[in-house]
Amino acid sequence: MNLTILYFAALRERVGLAREVCDVPPGITTVGALKDWIVARGAPWSEAFGDTPRVRAAVNQAMAGPETPLPDRAEVAFFPPVTGG
Amino acid sequence: MVRIQREPFDLGAEIEQLRAGDPRVGAVACFIGIVRDLNDGERIATMSLEHYPGMTEKALEDIVTHARGRWDLYDVLVVHRVGELGPTDPIVLVAVTSAHRGNAFAACEFVMDYLKTEAPFWKKEVTPTGARWVDARVSDDKARARWEAESK
Repeated sequence: MNLTILYFAALRERVGLAREVCDVPPGITTVGALKDWIVARGAPWSEAFGDTPRVRAAVNQAMAGPETPLPDRAEVAFFPPVTGG
Repeated sequence: MVRIQREPFDLGAEIEQLRAGDPRVGAVACFIGIVRDLNDGERIATMSLEHYPGMTEKALEDIVTHARGRWDLYDVLVVHRVGELGPTDPIVLVAVTSAHRGNAFAACEFVMDYLKTEAPFWKKEVTPTGARWVDARVSDDKARARWEAESK
């Protein structure tokens, strides 16, 4: 499955990437599984996610939880809790 | 209507346009958020605001749609700035028009409480001891939770 993964704010700085396109194994079908797969790739992802508490996610620009399914070619974003306003 | 922009906004012009001379409008409530010079005990020199182009607009539109479903409103405007800002600069404007003040006040606060917790914006502050990302506040989650608990 082909996914575009985006990182924002502190998480983007810690990963050192704003965007990556990944081919993920077929077993990765939810946001939670994708996060585990990203972290299992090691540095810089493992440190970046480890250093960023309460990471939130969005799938195709809608807020998502760990159980949210991943459509093929989805845009999946990971970011810290929001601090606008 | 929802707008993300780098430039400052003109409150008078925004409200004039929102009312559009509509004689049904009996109330306009608005909120302006402003950069302070002190946060968590540190001086703020400048601040930068990042957003998620596309999703931020969608999240704000959703919040406005919810507000319109909950109260009788004529119009809602949200303008949020991004980029570099300094103390005393306005960051956000929420303005609501309705027939009476009760709905306008409530909807304005509702939009701000949801914006704070649901709209993808992130602040990074520059202080004398370096740059730091602002942490989300528990009080903002609590402010939003009130609206979920309250049945209209």
